Amino acid sequence: VRIAAALSETHDAEADLAAHLLEVGERHKVEHDVYHLTRTLRRWCDRHVHLLAEQSLRFDVDLDAEAVSKEKPGGGLLDRLRETTSEIVGGRVETGLLLLRDLRELHLAAARASLAWTVLGQGAQAIREPALLAVVSKCHPQTIRTMKWTVQKIKEASPQILAA
Amino acid sequence: MTPARKHDGTAARVSVVDRIANPWGERTPYPRGGAWPVRVDTYLIDGISSEDVEAWVPTASILHSNGDALDVAMKEGRMVGVRGRGDSRVNHGRLGPKDLFGWQANESPDRLTHPLIRRNGRLVTCDWDTAMDAMVQRSRELLERQGPSAFGVYTSGQLFLEEYYTLAVIGKAGIGTNHMDGNTRLCTATAGEALKETFGCDGQPGSYADVDHCDVLFLMGHNVAETQVTLWARMLDRLEGPDRPKLIVVDPRPTIPARHADVHLPVRNGTNLALLNAIIHELIANDRVDHAYVTANTVGYEDLVRQVEGCTSEWAAAICGVPADLIREAADILGRHERILSTCLQGVYQSHQATAAAVQVNNINLLRGALGKPGGGILQMNGQPTAQNTRECGANGDLPGFRNWANDAHVSELAALWNVDLSAIPHYGPPTHAMQIFRYAEEGSIRFLWISGTNPAVSLPELQRIRSILARKELFVVVQDIFMSETAELADVVLPAATWGEKEGTFTNADRTVHHSDTAMNPPGEARADLEIFLDYARRMDFRDRDGAPLIRWNDAESAFRAWQACSAGRPCDYTGLSYDRLRDGGETQWPCNERFPDGRERLYTDGDFFAAADDCESYGRDLLTGTALEPVEYRALNPEGKAVIKAAEYIPPPESPTEEYPLLLNTGRTVYHFHTRTKTGRVPQLVAAAPDVWVELSVTEAETGNIAEGDLVEVTSPRGAIRARARVTDIRPGVVFVPFHYGYWDVDDPNARAGRAANELTITEWDPVSKQPLFKTAACRIEKVGDAAGRVAPAPTTTASRPIAGVPATAGGTAAEVIEEVRL
Repeated sequence: VRIAAALSETHDAEADLAAHLLEVGERHKVEHDVYHLTRTLRRWCDRHVHLLAEQSLRFDVDLDAEAVSKEKPGGGLLDRLRETTSEIVGGRVETGLLLLRDLRELHLAAARASLAWTVLGQGAQAIREPALLAVVSKCHPQTIRTMKWTVQKIKEASPQILAA
Repeated sequence: MTPARKHDGTAARVSVVDRIANPWGERTPYPRGGAWPVRVDTYLIDGISSEDVEAWVPTASILHSNGDALDVAMKEGRMVGVRGRGDSRVNHGRLGPKDLFGWQANESPDRLTHPLIRRNGRLVTCDWDTAMDAMVQRSRELLERQGPSAFGVYTSGQLFLEEYYTLAVIGKAGIGTNHMDGNTRLCTATAGEALKETFGCDGQPGSYADVDHCDVLFLMGHNVAETQVTLWARMLDRLEGPDRPKLIVVDPRPTIPARHADVHLPVRNGTNLALLNAIIHELIANDRVDHAYVTANTVGYEDLVRQVEGCTSEWAAAICGVPADLIREAADILGRHERILSTCLQGVYQSHQATAAAVQVNNINLLRGALGKPGGGILQMNGQPTAQNTRECGANGDLPGFRNWANDAHVSELAALWNVDLSAIPHYGPPTHAMQIFRYAEEGSIRFLWISGTNPAVSLPELQRIRSILARKELFVVVQDIFMSETAELADVVLPAATWGEKEGTFTNADRTVHHSDTAMNPPGEARADLEIFLDYARRMDFRDRDGAPLIRWNDAESAFRAWQACSAGRPCDYTGLSYDRLRDGGETQWPCNERFPDGRERLYTDGDFFAAADDCESYGRDLLTGTALEPVEYRALNPEGKAVIKAAEYIPPPESPTEEYPLLLNTGRTVYHFHTRTKTGRVPQLVAAAPDVWVELSVTEAETGNIAEGDLVEVTSPRGAIRARARVTDIRPGVVFVPFHYGYWDVDDPNARAGRAANELTITEWDPVSKQPLFKTAACRIEKVGDAAGRVAPAPTTTASRPIAGVPATAGGTAAEVIEEVRL
């Protein structure tokens, strides 16, 4: 059924959001609040992915419950990190502007995940799946909170980065 | 103890008490609803009696947040002692050890007496013109080159109201920077934010007099016996009188209140929110909720019910490391009484999920309908004497008068008052908090940092980092202080300030009591009042309003106070009914004081009259986990009628948990004998003798595992650094070690020892997402014995939370610490 596609899209979007959170946190460790909060928010993604994997068995797909937890800092992200590190060293991108760019990307990843939840929630209602809807109702608000935080952080950080 | 004549001729019971050995003095028990007896404490230096005193100058204590009213004894132009004011609603004549002896720091021979300026890498004496010109020249250069974003202002919780307000106007409308904060960020930011979250606005709901009426005292991370000595004396007098209230204490340490408690919950530090969610779970599960009160006065109850649904006592017991039955017992006491006085301090504010936890304490009182009633109230405490004013006046970055930076109507009121354009006042985002100010200085976008009355080189987390920031060549650092602090040593310009007793002004304590403090003597050398320095800077910078008139239109303390009164009009902290004349000589009054409350108001929100409507509130609230601010429309929808907001939050683990390499939890804190980084108390013989050097507290378990005994030299290591201290074995929770944060490096002679003494070498750089208060009470560490006691004991008091399990001579002050206590009969 098509709900399986919506499930796996949400799963992948949350895993992708988690990867972005990890990457942004590691790259901007000196922004201590960003570092610590992205780690906390990533735990939400981990929980979401677990719940989605649990649901997936009922819809004949097998989603990876460990998609978030198995990813470690420096793993698959290393190349992208190297790339930006060299950008900084080469003076091509200032750290402040890089932070804004990363937060923007993070926001887009959160927005993609949020939209995936919206679609999944609508589908769960249409096919009358209360258990699946309950998962959406539990998880989607948290993804929205992550998305809102990225906007807030961008708002807070940009004046000083642009004025200085 | 002998009956005698009191100093004013009335009958009294007089005793002489060593107030180092007994910090709280003699007991005067009283029943519920009774009057707390007056006991006037007097300390005069050797050879001086009351008859010799030429003048008694009224003021209040400056070495903690309690606001104990006192008179300073003067003879031949010198301070010779102090006496508590029996007519004060706050202390009923009592004083704590820091007040009794701490005033002696004023006349220390090493006070700063001349401005200093850095020349060829060294600080050298200069005159005021040279110092101020250097500041002004650099300010002008930076304003032209970069603009206001180059400026950071970091002040204190120990100046006076008039000084904060002046500084706030200079910063916000003169320079136009958003980067202003006070060290109140380290002590009281969470109190303010928790009140904003619940009640829409800062402002202490309760009153100290609630101690007289309560049936339950709920002390959450509040070691009141050491932070507010006379408030604890009041509680102790209730505890030892008829109708003893129940006492619940949450603290990983065996504090004095914990030893008196009916229920002591020594939770693992960093788990407050889990505990409080479980207590709320029990209240709801057993239907101990005042539904009528909740319906009439709050929004958000259903969210709370959902959030705590799974938070059973067993769940919390596993996280907090305390028995589930004990949690249920605490909830049962709270559930069976209505006159509940709840208080929070650093065990909440400097710990993990600070605002979320403080808000749950508010929630407990709301659920029980225990608000605005005698004995039923909330005291979100302060750590510092004038922190309340830092918050009110906007020297902490907030807008003056508890105005909302996200509400253009509020900002417009200030623009009209100051006669500047709306755009002159930065309000496009929240004020920059202290930790972020230092981050901006670290990455180089803040180039001018003006520090007044505080010592970040010892008091901020991760000191190695802070020192390297302050030492940056590109950063122009101005330090305004009374001593050559660790921070001043790193400054480009040092400005010598006058202190309490040497200048006039007002300040407000943690239960909204406003005191006037008079000038007793002149400051040493060329030192100047902070207000004078701020005014001088404004004059030299020639800050102007929209019509070209001077921006700052006042020139002394009293005219600054009047300017502040105009700013406070109509706001919760309304000072319009006050005046210097009224406040002088015992005229202390609680705010608000205005036409509606001509004698001040004892308790806020007595009839649900919150300042929480969208047009009135100071903040629209934040997500307690991410810190994201709510949009105005979201807040209007959430709270259309301006009720109290019940906010729920989920527990998450602290950012740093013990590991194999760092298996223990670090806790930092304070002792009754010292204040902050000891710049004053470390220069007072009685206080130095009582707690001369840093120590580390550990449990019997850690002592056995590490083969450590009382007095052994121990190294404490965290991922950030290491310190060395002598071990004190106590009844502290196993797995937790405690280090007092007071000790820095100014009194260390050996330059090789100039590292590894300050607790903040160990702490982590992270802060609460809502209040931005740094985390001083949860980090991972390990301990290792590095030297034998060889007959020595830890330099820690035996009278307080650092009480040893055995075998240490009792802390005493001897004749030098003798204080006369006169109990009015």
